[in-house]
Amino acid sequence: MKVEYSPELFMPSEKGDKDSEKIHRPSIKYWSDVWRRLKENKLAMFGLVIIVALVFMAIIGTHLSGFKYYEQNLSNTNQSPNSVHWFGTDDLGRDMFTRIWYGARYSLLIGVAAALIDFTCGVLYGGIAGMASNKVDSWMMRIAEVIYSIPYMLIVIMMMVVFTEADSLLVMILALGLTGWVPMAILVRGQVLQLRENEYVTAANSLGASKWWILRKHIIPNAMGPILVNVTLLVPTAIFAEATLSFIGLGIEAPKSSWGTMASDGLAGLAIGHGYQLFIPAIFISLTMFAFNVLGDGLRDALDPRLRK
Amino acid sequence: MRKKLITVAGLALAVALMTTACFAGGSGGDGKILHTNNSSEPGSLDPALAQGTHESWVIDHTFEGLMKKDQDGNLIGGMAKDYTVSDDNLTYTFELRDDVKWSNGDPVTAHDFEFSWKRVLDVDLGSTYAYQLYYLKNAEAYNTGEADVDDVGVKALDDTTLEVVLEEPAAYFIELTAFYTLFPVNKKVVEDNPDWAKQPETFVSNGAFKLTEWNHKANILVEKNENYYNAKEVKLDGIDFAIIENEDTAWQKYQADEFDFLYPLPQTIVADLQEKNDPELVIGEELATYYYNFNTELVPFNNAKVRKALTMAIDRETITSKVSQGGETPAYGIVPPGIPNEDGEDFQGAQGAYFEEDIEAANALLEEGLEEEGMTKEDFKATILYNTMESHKKIAQVIQEMWRNNLGVDVELENVEFQVKLDREKAGDYEISRAGWVGDYVDPMTFIDLFVTDGPYNDSGFSDAKYDELVNIAKTNVDPKVRFDAMREAEELFMDNLPVMPVYFYTKPYAQKSHLTNVHKVVNRDPSFIYADID
Amino acid sequence: MFKYIVKRIGMAIITLWAIITITFILMNAVPGDPIRTESKMPPEVYENLKEKYGLNKPYHEQYLIYLGNIARGDFGESMKSNTQTVNQMIGSGFPVSAYLGFQALLVALCFGPVLGVIASLNQNKWPDYFSMVIAIIGISVPSFVLGTVLIQFVAAKSGGLLPVAGWRSFRHTILPTIALAMSPLAFIARLMRSSMLEVLNQDYIKTAKSKGLSRGVVIVKHAIRNAILPIISVLGTITTNLVVGSFVVEKIFAIPGLGMYFVSSITSRDYPIIMGTTVFYALVLIVMLLIVDIAYVLIDPRINIMKEEG
Repeated sequence: MKVEYSPELFMPSEKGDKDSEKIHRPSIKYWSDVWRRLKENKLAMFGLVIIVALVFMAIIGTHLSGFKYYEQNLSNTNQSPNSVHWFGTDDLGRDMFTRIWYGARYSLLIGVAAALIDFTCGVLYGGIAGMASNKVDSWMMRIAEVIYSIPYMLIVIMMMVVFTEADSLLVMILALGLTGWVPMAILVRGQVLQLRENEYVTAANSLGASKWWILRKHIIPNAMGPILVNVTLLVPTAIFAEATLSFIGLGIEAPKSSWGTMASDGLAGLAIGHGYQLFIPAIFISLTMFAFNVLGDGLRDALDPRLRK
Repeated sequence: MRKKLITVAGLALAVALMTTACFAGGSGGDGKILHTNNSSEPGSLDPALAQGTHESWVIDHTFEGLMKKDQDGNLIGGMAKDYTVSDDNLTYTFELRDDVKWSNGDPVTAHDFEFSWKRVLDVDLGSTYAYQLYYLKNAEAYNTGEADVDDVGVKALDDTTLEVVLEEPAAYFIELTAFYTLFPVNKKVVEDNPDWAKQPETFVSNGAFKLTEWNHKANILVEKNENYYNAKEVKLDGIDFAIIENEDTAWQKYQADEFDFLYPLPQTIVADLQEKNDPELVIGEELATYYYNFNTELVPFNNAKVRKALTMAIDRETITSKVSQGGETPAYGIVPPGIPNEDGEDFQGAQGAYFEEDIEAANALLEEGLEEEGMTKEDFKATILYNTMESHKKIAQVIQEMWRNNLGVDVELENVEFQVKLDREKAGDYEISRAGWVGDYVDPMTFIDLFVTDGPYNDSGFSDAKYDELVNIAKTNVDPKVRFDAMREAEELFMDNLPVMPVYFYTKPYAQKSHLTNVHKVVNRDPSFIYADID
Repeated sequence: MFKYIVKRIGMAIITLWAIITITFILMNAVPGDPIRTESKMPPEVYENLKEKYGLNKPYHEQYLIYLGNIARGDFGESMKSNTQTVNQMIGSGFPVSAYLGFQALLVALCFGPVLGVIASLNQNKWPDYFSMVIAIIGISVPSFVLGTVLIQFVAAKSGGLLPVAGWRSFRHTILPTIALAMSPLAFIARLMRSSMLEVLNQDYIKTAKSKGLSRGVVIVKHAIRNAILPIISVLGTITTNLVVGSFVVEKIFAIPGLGMYFVSSITSRDYPIIMGTTVFYALVLIVMLLIVDIAYVLIDPRINIMKEEG
């Protein structure tokens, strides 16, 4: 068989600006490295286990006690945790164990989705503002000011009226991600403003790297610490904010449950000794926050090139 | 870092010093002061502008109308010692007491009343409750710019004689003169200073107490008015109304003995106190009904059988004893107890239940009704619309569950903000909606005329010519027998149709410390401390 | 610097205009109005009241009236209450909210960074875990729960030492301050820890250490100064939210501040208060973010946001 050599095969390969800088390891190795380092972090693994367990229970937990989340027993209300109702019953005699795991589906989804929206919007917006010219940066920040200042409740009521036909869960998540990203954007922008003055950025710049490349490969990884702290904060905030949205009518509709509404409903029982109605959902929210927090910390350490051994 | 901290500390300190004056002062008054909570900041303490309990409670203690209620709820003379009614029942002539004075010492005259009532009807004042005076001749016309102020049917014949002419006979007009919109204001004071009601210094009233302190969003102090004609019967030196919106917080203050009296109470607390038979809990009477509207313009709620089936399939006893838990009574009619009929019996008590709860019969009716509409239970879909509130949410969930268990139908729940609910009801954009009504005066009419064709609060869309006629008879006649017969017939007709589903009759549970005596709670009124005493 | 501030004030006017315009559109577009209540007001009275408050004028006219009044610093009068003008409400509510807010900020700034620094210097040791527990409680227990718990389990059992609610003395401010400060304190502590860890791994810290500088000097002079920037970033919004007042905390503790109006004005559709509080909030936010930008430059002179072209 005759081998054909076309002239194209002998053209010099194009050396893009990105390649000039490309000095990291292959990415498969990179991610397996990250995973290896993460595994060594016991606390982070513990967090991961909690998250997996919560998700698992959200799926099967509603079938364990034999009660439905909406099933009332008005002659068995406000029972403290016992052998039949493991987490007790609420003020309508419903099984709190089932309601916690039913609520976990919504609350975990809402918490993670809202945090992701805020993370994406905040990092993109703040990153672009920080890297852009002073003029663009200035105006982008003014726009953020406008968005952050407009009364949130008005926007939510408006959304409810406009999107009557849309999937309410989607509208809710949208509403939760609506303004929460602004502080994140301000934080990221501040980090970018500082980090872009570092020597390694100047070096990358002089090697011809584009601003986008620098942002992605140099600045954001170095700003990841504060960003992750903010993201883990957003998870419980969103879970509770859902209860606030319920007030306007955009939350999870009764009798469906969510941790946020269970906690705020449970508040009423505190004064008459039914504190478990508040503390049980609150503990799960804290646990979620804890899990994401330690996992986030572990992930940051695992991703940080400087911490490589 | 440290420098920054110092700067911040310095800044905060500066602000702190700057704002030490920002603490709500308030002496709290001296002597025998009753402490209670007024829930929210009044929008105005001018009787003409008041529109809710958070205003009227203070106003009821500082002002007094021509008539007033005694401790048993009977109507007796207040500023008026007597009155006569003409044969055509249109002209009322009030004779004022001659020892009545304003808190600044001026005498209370018939001219004050004439001025006050015309002022309420003045468009420029912008009184929401101006319509409470629409019974007066030409009042509505004046309020809408179609008549002159001099045409309004109220006139001071001399300092102590007030003549009132009505548009049509109205049996309950005399009771309205004890309602706060019709309280007098001091003509001279108000004319001199339109802002008189904004500060205690310029506030002049004619009731048992006078306003002496008003710290916005903190507290209102009223003290004994020595110029009140019955001042010797007033034992308290004053009442301190705190302004705390959060019910749980207010309850904690009551428990800490910082309040002698508390209304409203958190719902869980009422339930708990009832369970414990706590002697400090008092279930006060209230003239109000909790019900659900059916949108009678929608299939299948246009069908009376469907409405009746749904109405019969809930267990009201369980709702009041296990869910609302405020001592409410199950409602099987629309007019609540507390209104005497022509024989002096309780109207509601004499009428009894208009329907029975019966799950089997309800199922049969539902299937029949749905079949008439060409539907089956499987097609039945509905949503209960309610305004966001913990208690409404609980009851809606229970009713939803009762319908599911008893009738096998699925309904959904939707909570919206109050203003949005009003909008949706007006637009007919709902299937079933939560509603409640508090009577304005002690007469069945305050409930029955809600449901006349196109009435402003008739959201169910109920319309019946016979009903409208009966309402008209009862409104324009003064013969008690004729009136009550018409109202009975109207309620029967209404309950046959069931455009609304009655759930329960409200109560007003409150807590009162044992050292507090002589508090009067009459139906349709907030608790009165005028003759209260602290041991 | 002066030129920069002047420029930002110019921009602020445009920002405010945009906020006023969007708020005006939104508040008129949502269902409901300030006049309507649950009582069965006849249509005539309703129309009378609309006329009295100028709500029957065409929208563009109402809008121009708002703009004109706000330009003169007059937010008008509430449509629900005739006891105070909106300016008076802000004037009497803001000092209260600001007092409480600054006090909470002070607490958060005293303890937050310290907790964060200690945690970072003892990474994965018990002080670190301790600070994490504080942070998780602070962040995942919202103020409405914390406030209620504080009232029922601390104030009610303090024998009158810590009042349940009200606003009469310094003692009344202690519990609401804690309720307000916990979340920012915890957030700042976490942020500080993470930022410190980042900085402590930088070469210049290693250099400083190897030069033989004492641990204290390295931490205070080099590490903290470079790690503080994220805290400054978040302080802009945190401070704004603290000083204009928290709806939840003010309601639970019955504090006559400004925070309550942000929610109550919207549920009652009291247009002048909605507009007044929104513009006021925006003003505070604008000033705070300006201070943040100035602080950036003061802390790290390399940051060049003040140059005309960057």
